[in-house]
Order: sequence, then structure tokens, then C-alpha cells
Amino acid sequence: MGANFTWVMIGCALIGAGASAVGVFSFLRKQALVGDAIAHSLLPGVALAFIIGGEKSIWVLFPGAFIAGWLSILSIEFITKSSKIKPDTAIAIVLTVFFGIGIVMLTHIQQSSYGNQSGLEDFLFGKAAAMLPSDIALFAIVDLVLISSIALTYPYLKLYSFDPEYSRAIGLPVRFIQFTLSSLTVLAVASGIQAVGVVLMSALIITPAAAARFFTSRLSQMIILAMLIGLVSAVGGVYISSLAFKMPTGPWVVMILSILAISAFVFAPSKGMVSRYNKRKEHQLKVRSENLLKLFFKLEEKGESNHFSRTELLNHRKFEGRDLETILKSLLGKRLLARSQDSFSLTEEGREEATRVVRIHRLWELYLNKRMSIAADHVHHDAEAIEHIITPELEQELLKDLGYPELDPHKQEIPGTKNLKP
Amino acid sequence: MIAFEAHNLTVSYDKQPVLWDIDFEIPEGKLVGIIGPNGSGKTTLIKAAMGILEADSGFVKIFEKSPDEIRERMGYVPQRQSVDWDFPATVMDITMMGRYRKGKLFGRLSKADREIAVDSLKRVGMYDFRDRQISELSGGQQQRVFIARSLAQQADIYLMDEPFVGIDAASEESILNILREMRSAGKTVIMVHHDLHTALEFFDWVVLLNTRLVAAGSKDEVLTEENLRTAYGGKLNVLSRIADLVKRQEYPLREEDSKE
Repeated sequence: MGANFTWVMIGCALIGAGASAVGVFSFLRKQALVGDAIAHSLLPGVALAFIIGGEKSIWVLFPGAFIAGWLSILSIEFITKSSKIKPDTAIAIVLTVFFGIGIVMLTHIQQSSYGNQSGLEDFLFGKAAAMLPSDIALFAIVDLVLISSIALTYPYLKLYSFDPEYSRAIGLPVRFIQFTLSSLTVLAVASGIQAVGVVLMSALIITPAAAARFFTSRLSQMIILAMLIGLVSAVGGVYISSLAFKMPTGPWVVMILSILAISAFVFAPSKGMVSRYNKRKEHQLKVRSENLLKLFFKLEEKGESNHFSRTELLNHRKFEGRDLETILKSLLGKRLLARSQDSFSLTEEGREEATRVVRIHRLWELYLNKRMSIAADHVHHDAEAIEHIITPELEQELLKDLGYPELDPHKQEIPGTKNLKP
Repeated sequence: MIAFEAHNLTVSYDKQPVLWDIDFEIPEGKLVGIIGPNGSGKTTLIKAAMGILEADSGFVKIFEKSPDEIRERMGYVPQRQSVDWDFPATVMDITMMGRYRKGKLFGRLSKADREIAVDSLKRVGMYDFRDRQISELSGGQQQRVFIARSLAQQADIYLMDEPFVGIDAASEESILNILREMRSAGKTVIMVHHDLHTALEFFDWVVLLNTRLVAAGSKDEVLTEENLRTAYGGKLNVLSRIADLVKRQEYPLREEDSKE
């Protein structure tokens, strides 16, 4: 690994971090596709800059890319404002027209005698290895501009992204904010032409923000996390692609980015799929446990006995597979049930909990019947679901609202209301 | 003093005129309801007054000045559904936005600004929620945060777009209290409202719209059976056909110099 390669890595880190920071605002403003349109539209700018400047240096090509990117934004705006075409269509039109022109120009360059056999097609999918140490300065400047602009105008950007009309209503310089955001986006996208290429660059704008959103609800944290994800993907992608000969870098950057994003989607705490699945499982177990406690309560209420075997329980309620075992185990663990040989009974705490569930069930039945005029024979089903989610505060309110009642619509006792009277 | 004046105001939405030659005045210190059927231009009127939509002709004056000169004295509460509540921000963040000013360098806020925001949150009863994510709030709580944000503006005239839609009883009570407080402090509140029944109870001044001005004045003068029948008895057929026609024309409806 030579010194040059270290420079390339530093360059990619700068590009990944800068693009992702700006991307957070594109993501929050739901402008993901605009980034893609800008990226594809850079190509004719790059090609034209090459024809005029006659060399492949990023210092020559970057201004061309920047101007083309801005032109694409203006074109989208112009089309939506002056015609009935909707933004998504305008974006698609601009993207394809610019990119088409870019490819034509690229082909023309390759077929003509523009001296140094160009290699301009590297800008389609990226070739970080082509980066020179002198290019790094450009990326450092771009990052400096991006990060300091965001830091300086952060409150404005935040308000504008959340509520653009309010920004205008309180007299903020909305045009200036818009201009800043657009310029930053073009700058960020244009900085990636070498490492990632125009076709895939929009991934580096949007995906880090989308992944970061899974982990945090603070905008400042979200920006930093997105920058980190962008940085890791850019550096990682470039490193992996360097292991194979003639491998473009962009696709590898996107691969790593996608793996990170999918992992976030699946494993993120509280918002990820796994966490949500676990929560659902937990709730399910809670519901089933409460239902079993209720069964004990009702069997006791009928005065049958207070010790029940598995067979007796199964006679009164259906359990799938090993459900009964799981629930019994969980309730024994929480000391809500006690066991003597093969039969089970409620403990003191267990009876209290069972009473609470039955009470809420019957209170809710009464509420539906009284306040919402639902017939007594229609309320049970609804109460079966609601009994598991009513909080103690809501229970208090129900009790107060109904005047601490003692009988439900089926004339059964609502247990324990007397003790709850203040 | 006249708090709000609309003078020959015509405004289009999506190139179609939705307000025709609106002309009325509202004195200072009133609680004003803008009332009319769906699509009668209520929101458009507020947005035109706030400078969010541009008027085709005519103008709005606030305290006898153009809104641009007097923005610091105008509070605004947009429709709750106009933003994405999944945005990563806390209740305090949103309320602080009411303190942003054009002149403030890069929007940096001071300790005094923070105190004003805290005070606004307390007034709407949302101070205990200050560090909550806005995505975790109920509809009524979201509305109260929007009201707090406008209170933080410390304005003299407030324009609100349907703050009573889809909120719980507690939030409604809280917002009503704020409105009464504002009135006794001499503030003017102009509010789009869709419910006729409560309008009679809430407001002391009413602007009745149906793409044109039906009536404006004290609520007893305006909310007569005849006026209501005019406002709610369907659109003027010719007027809506002309609006359609205007939309289809390629040239502007009015010449530039007719603007004032």
C-alpha cells in the first residue's frame, strides 16, 4: 500500500462525509430524487469541461460538473413552474436528457483524437485510484465549505427543512436558504464524480441519512452519524475495489452502503425490524399471560376450586403448540402462579393481577355499553383486546367517569372497584 | 386602529383565482373567525396575508403597513397537517423557531429567547413535554406546540389556520384559554375556522367567505340566516366558470401596473 493509496483513502473519506452531511437535508425535505437527477446531469458538464480544458484533472472537470448540476436544478424548477408537468416527471425528464447528452459527448470524445486516450468513462462508475494527491486539496476545500455552511446556517436549514412556509411567514431569507441548500447539494454530488461516479453518486447523498434516521431522533446526531456511515462506506468500498484489477469503485461503495443501511433497517434498536418483532412477541406473551390469569380468576369465580391441572386448563381454553408451557413458565417465573405437583394456582400477586385485568375488561364493556350505546352482547369482543392496553391512569379515568360501578353490562361483578375509590 | 385590511385582494392558487376582490377591515383587539365552506379561500386569504402566496392584485395591510415591513409583529400558525411530524426535532426545538428573525445573524438565539420559548410552552401546558420528540405527540399536543411557537414570536396580530381541527378536549380548552388571554392583552387573532356552531361562541368578529366576501363585521351582524345561506348555498355558477377559464388562459389575468 503506497503513499498514494493513503491519499486516495483520505480523499474518499472527505467525499463520503461531506456528501452524507448535505444529504440529511435532501432526505428530510423528501428530495431524494433531485440528488439523483443532479448526479446524472453532471456528465455533460464533465465532458464539456474536458473538451475545453483538454485534461482530466479534477480541477478542470469539477467546475464543469458544478455548473451542469446547477443547470439541472434550474431546469427542473423551470419545467415545474412554467408547465403542468409535476416535479417527479420533471426530474425524470431532466435526468435522462442531461445524461443522454452526456453519453453522446463521451462517445464523441472517445472516438476522436483528444490526445491522452481520455479514460473519461471512469466518471460513470468511479475510479478512485485515478485520484492524485493534488486532488485531495479540492475535496478538503469542498468539505470545508459544506460543513462550515451547514454549521453556520444550521438553525435556518433546520426550520426551512421542517416548515418552509413558516420560514417565509416570519420573514427569513427563504430564497437565500434555498440557494444555499441547492448549491451545497450540487457541490456534494459533484465532489463524488471521481470516487463513486455519476450513476451511483446519489446513493451517497441519501442512503447514509436514511440509515442514520433509524438510530437517532436528533438532527445534529443524525448528521454526524450519516457522515460516519458515508465515510466508512466510501473508504471501505474503495479499499475492497482496489483488491481487484480494473474494478470501478462506485458499485463497491454502494454495496457497503447498502449493507450498512439494511443492517440499520433490521437491527437498529427500537426502530429496527428485530426490535419491533421482539416487542410484538413480548406484547403477545403479555396478552396470553393475562388471558391465562383471567381464566384462573373466572374458574375460581365459578367456585370450582383453585387448583387446576394442565388438562383442566386445556378444557377451558385452546392453546397452540407449546404456548401453554411457555406461558406457565413465564407466570411461575414472575411468581404470579404457584405450582404443587401437577396443578397450578394463583399466588396473592397473581390474583391481584388477574383481578385487575378482569376489572378493566368489565369496565370497558360498561363504558362501551353506557357511553357509546353498544349492545351488551356486542361489547365482549372489543374488551378482549382493550383490556391489555389500558394504562393505570386511563383505568382511573374510566372508574371516575363511570362512578366506580360494581356491575358490568352482563350483571357480573366488577372486582375490586371499592378498594380503588379515593 | 385598523389591525388588518384587505383591499381589492385577488389571489390565485395553482393559477386559478380562489379569492375575488376581497375588501374588508378588522379593528384591533378582536377575535376574528374566517368562515366559509370548503374551498372558499379561507387558507388562501391567510397565506396571502402572510406573504406565502402572492396576490394577483390588491394588497393586505397590517396595522396600516405592508406585511413585509411589520413581520415581527405577525404571528403565524399554519395547518397542523402542513408539515411532517416525523421530523427529528423536540418540542423545544420547534418552539424556539418562533424566535428566529431575519436580522439575527445566522439565527443564533440568546438566553432571553430561550426564556420566551419556555414561557410560551408553559402557557400552552406543554412545558413538561419540552424534550419530547414531536413524532410522539398527539394531534392536540402538536397543535399546542404550534401555538407555543407563534406565542414565542411575541406578535401583536396572530393568523391561525384551523387550530381546532382534530384535537382533544383538553387541547381545545387550553387553546381557548390562550385566545381569551390574548384578547384581554389587546392582541388581534384572526383564525380560519370551519365549525359554525362553535364560531358563534368563540369569536366577536367574523369574515364570511365563499371565494368572494359575503360579509365581514361583528358576529351578530354577519352571522345572519341570509348571509349564511349566501355563503353556504353553493358557489356562484358563473364565477367558478370564469375561474376555470382564467386558469386556461396563457396570459396573466391582470397587467403588472395594476398592482399597487
